[in-house]
Amino acid sequence: MPLNLDPATFRAVVTTIVPESSALDDDGWRDLDRVIEALLRDRPESLKRQLRIFLGAIQWLPVLRYGRSFTRLNPAARTRVLAHLQNDRIPKIRVGFWGLRTIVLAGYYGRPAAARAIGYAASPQGWEALR
Amino acid sequence: MKRVSYDIVIVGSGAGGGTVAQELSPLCREGLRIAVLEKGPRLRDDEFTGRELEMAGALYEDGGGFLTADGTMTLAFGCAYGGSTVVYTGTSMLPPERVIRRWNVPGLTHADLECRARKFMAENNVHLIEDHLINENNKLFVAGCRKLNYDVQQFPVNIKGCRGSSLCNLGCPNQAKQGTDRVQLPRAEQNGVEVVTRCQVLTIGEKTLAARVTAKPAGAKGDPSPWEPGEYQIDAKIIVLCAGAIHTPALLLRSGMARTLPRIGYGFTSHPAMIMVAEHARPITNFVGHPKSYYLDQFTESDHFVLETCMYFPFITAKSLAGFGAPHSAFMQAFPRLQMILVLACDKADAHNRVAIDGDGRPVVNYRFQPEAIHGLIRGAITSAKIFFAAGAVRVHMPVARNTTIEAGDAARLDEIGASAEFKPGKTPVSAAHMQGGCAMGSGPSGSVTDSQGRVHGLPWLFVADASLFPNSLEINPYVTIMALADRVAQRIRQEVPALV
Repeated sequence: MPLNLDPATFRAVVTTIVPESSALDDDGWRDLDRVIEALLRDRPESLKRQLRIFLGAIQWLPVLRYGRSFTRLNPAARTRVLAHLQNDRIPKIRVGFWGLRTIVLAGYYGRPAAARAIGYAASPQGWEALR
Repeated sequence: MKRVSYDIVIVGSGAGGGTVAQELSPLCREGLRIAVLEKGPRLRDDEFTGRELEMAGALYEDGGGFLTADGTMTLAFGCAYGGSTVVYTGTSMLPPERVIRRWNVPGLTHADLECRARKFMAENNVHLIEDHLINENNKLFVAGCRKLNYDVQQFPVNIKGCRGSSLCNLGCPNQAKQGTDRVQLPRAEQNGVEVVTRCQVLTIGEKTLAARVTAKPAGAKGDPSPWEPGEYQIDAKIIVLCAGAIHTPALLLRSGMARTLPRIGYGFTSHPAMIMVAEHARPITNFVGHPKSYYLDQFTESDHFVLETCMYFPFITAKSLAGFGAPHSAFMQAFPRLQMILVLACDKADAHNRVAIDGDGRPVVNYRFQPEAIHGLIRGAITSAKIFFAAGAVRVHMPVARNTTIEAGDAARLDEIGASAEFKPGKTPVSAAHMQGGCAMGSGPSGSVTDSQGRVHGLPWLFVADASLFPNSLEINPYVTIMALADRVAQRIRQEVPALV
C-alpha cells in the first residue's frame, strides 16, 4: 500500500473518485499501488505526512455528520463527503483534496491497462499505426 | 571537491542555453573552452517511448508536478538535455510587435528580434503542416471557428519527418521536433562545446560556480553524466544563466545577489491554462497527428485569452477535468470521441507574483490569479464551448460551471452559464507552461536585473539568456523569442570576449 496508507480508506476514496476502479482485480490494485508509489518516491516526507493526515481526516470526519466513518458510508454519501472537501471554503482543504485526487487519477489512469480500457491507443508510429 | 575551469559556462540547455551554446561555439576553434551544465539527463533516441508517466518522470521537473506555493497551479517545464524544447509541441511564433513595444526596454526593438527569430525559424525547419496530416481534432476546431466567423490561424511548427505520434509533450519518439536537443546543441558539441548533464548548479560567485553532479539512479532513463558524481567548483570567466524563469532567479537568490539586485524574482508570469474537453457522437482522429495545428488570438486584447488546439494523455486529461465520480468518468470513457482546446490566459506581471527560495534554497513560486487572468480563463472556456458545439459536439465539460457537463441543448445558454461561472483556486484545474520573467531587462537595478542584452547590472561577467528576461508576458508561445533574445546575448558576449577572457 502506498505510503502505508490505510488500505480500506484509500480504496474507498479511489472507488469514489474513479467508480470503474471497483472492478479492478488484485493485479489491477497492485498496478495502481505501484504507480502511486513510484510517483511519490522522491517527494518530500512532509507531503507524504500531509497525505496520511488528510486521508485519516476523510475516514473519521464523517462520524460527526453521518455517525459513521467514510468506509462505512454508502457510495452516495461518500461522494457527498468528497464533494464537500472539494468545495470547502478553506483553500488549503480544497488543495489537499486536489492533491489526493491527482494521486488517485495518476494511479488509475497512469496504468497502460486503463489507457487501453478507455480506447486511448497513441503510438509512436502515428498515422502508420492506423493503417 | 573537484575543481575545473572554462572560459565560458552556460547554465541550462533549453531554448536559451542551446542557442547561446551554438552561437558561441565557433569560439572553441579559437581555443576557448565552453561548457553547458544541464541538470537533467540526456536520453537515447530509443528511450522516448511515449508512455505517459514514464516520460513525464524522465523529462519534466518534478515529473510535471511542480506546484505554485499555495498549490493551486501546476507549472510544467522540462528538465533534460534540450530543456523544455524536448517537451513542447514546436509551435513557432514571431514575437508580437505590440508586446515588444509595451515592454519598452531601452535598446530592444521589434525589428531586431524579428530578424533574429526568422533566422532560427529557418534553422529549425518551421513551416505549416500539410493539410492531409491534420487530424479531426484540429479540423473540428477550424470548422467551429469558421462557423462562428472567428479568425482562426494555423500554427507554424518546427518538425521534420513527423509521423503524427501526437506524443510531442512526452518527447517526440521519432526525433521529428527540431528543439535545441536536435539542432543547436549537437552543432555546438560538434564545434567543441562540452555538455555536462545531471549537473545542478547550486550557487554562483565572482567568476565561479558551485555544482553537484549526481549519479544516474538505478533504473532511470538517460546516459550517466560525463563527469564523475560529486561536488565541483567551476571557474569561468563568463557565466551565462539559461536555467529558465524559475531556476535562473532562484540561483541568483541562492547566491545572495538580491542585496544589489532587488528585482530578482519579480515580474514572474506564465500562461495559466485550462484544458477544455468535448464529446462528439462518433470517434474522431485525436491521438494521432500533430496535436497543435491551429489557434485563435482575436480575443487577446479584449478578453485576455488565446485558444489553441491540443490533445493530452489519459492521466493529464483526467487531472484537467474538474470534479470526480460518474460525470468525470463519462468523459474519460469517451476518449476516442474527445475534442480538446487549450485556453491560455494572458497574465500580466504583478507585484505579488514572484520567484523566491525556501530555507533550503529551493525555488518557490508565489502566485495568485489576477482578475484579468480569471476573466480570460472563464471567457476562453465559454468561447471554447461555443466552438465545440458549432463543430457538432454533443456535450462539453465546463470546469468553471457549477454543473460541469453542458449538453448541446444548452448551447444557447453559454453566456448565461459564463455569467455565473465559478473559478475556485484549488478546485478549478489550472496548469501553466511558458514561465516568463524574474530577471527582467531594463535600464537599471532599481527596476530590472539585466540590460537589454542580458548583462546583469554591475556584473560584467554574468549574463542571462532565457525567458526570465521578459519584462512582462509575451502573450504567445515563447521559444522563438527566447532564441532571438539569446542570440542578442551571444552577440554581446562575442563582443566582450576580448576584454573578459
